[in-house]
Amino acid sequence: MASQQQFSALKGKKVLMVGAGGIGCELLKTLALSGFQDIHIIDMDTIEVSNLNRQFLFRQSHVGQSKAKVAREAVLKFRPHIKITPYHANVKDPDFNVDFFKQFNVVLNGLDNLDARRHVNRLCLAAEVPLVESGTTGFLGQVTVHVKGRTECYECQPKPAPKTYPVCTITSTPSKFVHCIVWAKDLLFAKLFGDKNQENDLNVHSSDVASSSEKAEYVFERRKDEDIDQYGRRIYDHVFGYNIEVALSNEETWKNRTRPKPIYSSDVLPNGLVQQNGNLDKNCATDDLSSVSAMASLGMKNPQDIWSLMENSRIFLEAFKLFFMKREKEIGNLTFDKDDQLAVEFVTAAANIRASSFDIPLKSLFEAKGIAGNIVHAVATTNAIIAGLIVTEAIKVLQSDTKNYRMTYCLEHPTRKMLLMPVEPFEANKSCYVCSETPLKLEINTRRAKLRDFVEKIVKAKLGMYFPLIMHGSALLYEVGDDLDEDMVANYAANLEKVLSELPSPITSGITVTVEDMKQELTCNINIKHREEFDEEKEPDGMLLSGWTRASSVEKDDNKPIGNGGSTSNASVEVEKNDEIRTVPSGKKRKVREVPMAAAQDFSNAADGTRNHNELEVIVDEDDFLMLGQDPGINKKKRLQ
Amino acid sequence: MDGEVLTEQETALYDRQIRVWGVDTQRRLSKAHILVCGMKGTVAEFCKNIVLAGVSSLTLVDDRVATEEAISANFLIPPDENAYGGKTLAELCCDSLKDFNPMVRVSVEKGDVSSFGGDFFDKYDVVVASCCSLATKKSINEKCRKLSKHIAFYTVDCRDSCGEIFVDLQHHRYSKKKLDENIECQLQYPSIEEAISVPWRALPRKVTKLYFAMRVMERFEEVEKRNPGDVSSADLPGILKLKKELCEANSLNESHVPDKLLERLVMCTREFPPVCAIIGGILGQEVIKAISGKGEPLKNFFFFDAMDGKGIIEDISSPDSGS
Ligand SMILES: [Zn+2]
Repeated sequence: MASQQQFSALKGKKVLMVGAGGIGCELLKTLALSGFQDIHIIDMDTIEVSNLNRQFLFRQSHVGQSKAKVAREAVLKFRPHIKITPYHANVKDPDFNVDFFKQFNVVLNGLDNLDARRHVNRLCLAAEVPLVESGTTGFLGQVTVHVKGRTECYECQPKPAPKTYPVCTITSTPSKFVHCIVWAKDLLFAKLFGDKNQENDLNVHSSDVASSSEKAEYVFERRKDEDIDQYGRRIYDHVFGYNIEVALSNEETWKNRTRPKPIYSSDVLPNGLVQQNGNLDKNCATDDLSSVSAMASLGMKNPQDIWSLMENSRIFLEAFKLFFMKREKEIGNLTFDKDDQLAVEFVTAAANIRASSFDIPLKSLFEAKGIAGNIVHAVATTNAIIAGLIVTEAIKVLQSDTKNYRMTYCLEHPTRKMLLMPVEPFEANKSCYVCSETPLKLEINTRRAKLRDFVEKIVKAKLGMYFPLIMHGSALLYEVGDDLDEDMVANYAANLEKVLSELPSPITSGITVTVEDMKQELTCNINIKHREEFDEEKEPDGMLLSGWTRASSVEKDDNKPIGNGGSTSNASVEVEKNDEIRTVPSGKKRKVREVPMAAAQDFSNAADGTRNHNELEVIVDEDDFLMLGQDPGINKKKRLQ
Repeated sequence: MDGEVLTEQETALYDRQIRVWGVDTQRRLSKAHILVCGMKGTVAEFCKNIVLAGVSSLTLVDDRVATEEAISANFLIPPDENAYGGKTLAELCCDSLKDFNPMVRVSVEKGDVSSFGGDFFDKYDVVVASCCSLATKKSINEKCRKLSKHIAFYTVDCRDSCGEIFVDLQHHRYSKKKLDENIECQLQYPSIEEAISVPWRALPRKVTKLYFAMRVMERFEEVEKRNPGDVSSADLPGILKLKKELCEANSLNESHVPDKLLERLVMCTREFPPVCAIIGGILGQEVIKAISGKGEPLKNFFFFDAMDGKGIIEDISSPDSGS
């Protein structure tokens, strides 16, 4: 890697960095030091305090400012003569289209979410620009190279889907703390403070559905002249007491389970205590809403403490009250935000009280916040290492040194003496619908599902398209765009509400639907197969997309759907992990000589056990080079030469 | 640990990393004192990492003045000679590092590190030596070992796109997680002198070629009385000759130390910034592990070569010193 040669490879080359966060700060610094002269950087985020421990280009005084812009200023201080162009924007903005991407010689990703990664992958494929992709979690990280026609694309391997939990696990039979968090955040918090029109599975219904469902909806409304303390206690007793009693009445459910115990506020909090509860004055000093805190008004300081049931109950009631007294205007529009202290306090307390009912160990606010907010575990060192590896790959790409492209894993525990393990990139997956345009298959009830369901659950959620156009033959069924005339907009809106088989050009079994995203320049054909019934728990979407293997991540749970008769929606409650370390699926062909499980351990540990526990396979070949086995159906040990 | 609570400010700033290593490690870090000698790109990376991690103090030693070469891979120093005002490398780096984390005390010690006595090192928990001669490294290592205090000693150097870390934790106790259980372990480390005097033929067959190449370079500089890294293409014949002699003396096949590799190390003495980031990152993690006593630390060499992309751990200790 003689620097002369390297230097000439960089001359006149233009790179695009997506993301100016943990990896981005390190990457921009290392690119600048390595002699890159023309760097463009996109990031929509602004700087937060919790970034400062690793995003070293930022200071306390920068909090609230654009990451891309501040990062540029900081790097120009030690490399004043290079060109850095910042964009404080979302990479999914239509401005960053294929033509925009075409101006770059290489694109480097330092992103923290699957959606944006998939979007950039598609634009790079369409613009034929090489992509170096990366990710970190704690001490683990990886860098991969994606060059159209030479290596697999980012989406060739199925990514672990966002974790979902069966509805009944959340509503009736939680067994882990995370189930309580999902309940507290997505059901209870949403019901009390969010959009009232949203479907919500909060109420547990007795087997006798008709009797309870009607009036249950009004339980959450504040009654006329009801004192705020009374209101809070009534909600408390309803969700932690009454609802548990109703659930207990479904005897079937508890045959092989420990019965939960109903909790009523009067059992936990003697009346006197409630009166002293809440010293609101402490909050009055400031008008800053973000500082409204139940912990502060109760004089509790340490977020690492695990509160007792009584403390949780006091926090619950106090936070509830503070929402109504200090933030009433927001009620009805709130969504959970990990940076909203009061919301975190409320959700932590609610989850802990529920956990007490179900005999699940309680957790501190610090831990609960991490789970509820899907907070990434991040340290500076891993980001620095990964950024160094990205730059080495970027230089190889610019030198067209194709035979030396590597994907590299950064491990926590050495595997075969290695902490940094390079592996040859894989060939493209021939059944990848993104880079090989292989048709997909969709099983769906064409006589019941609406076009809207198809757009939301398949086109947007599964295919990751943002500006879709849906066609059957030459008939246009739906499209999104700014330049549509009113008639068309009305027409498409009407189509959305129609059942598939009743569309102007009906979608029925055996036909092929074409879905296109104009911005991503991606076209995808979907062969439709009608199916009457779907398993509510295993196939909560009520449809099944296949053809491009994607790991199912619905939690294994042998629960039969019980006590869930009144569920108002089939949708599972989703929990998303933002960052993602790719686990390499195990193959059948194994030539393993040394503990590959050590590496696998790394990946699953990092995921707190919530990620797929796939095995990492190391295959040793003659020249002592490492290969990671993949799904044998997709890729048997293929080399790029 | 002892029931001390992190401040609200610390909890907010260190939130993401506490989620990785826990409150206990964070508390230990906030009490640790680090000394680094020799400020080049790799050490600058390390300093950034350890300051961000939140140690108690970081002390820098390097009285050299800034030259273009010295700052080529160092993002802590702006390339504006007018701004230097006669400051040393350590002083310039200190100015930048202070900004990274107001909770860490960063300072400079002047003087020649090889002349410092044992009581100087006694103030630190971790000592990192870079850009100094083998003799200096050995002497610092010995001074640290003589102290009753348990000092973690490291050396780190990068040449071209290759990097090396040496670790001496003496007798190190740590805990590691195995199947959700914490088990107590211990490791015995040799000093740098003991490690590099292990006869080459006694080493495992597959030891990385970089280990030998680095020893040849180190030896050449020692014999020729050069400053660390002060070699050029004119030295190549001499270095190849020395390699032949060393291989013969050690009964090692010369193919274990390829000429091509030595050529790279001689021709390009400047650090390669991506390798600085990688080596500085690994060193940062190791120092955090040593301070926290959590997780298995590497024993006792780490090598990275951007050419093949492998980051390898080698255990170079004589079989009888055992662990
Ligand atoms: Zn693909």
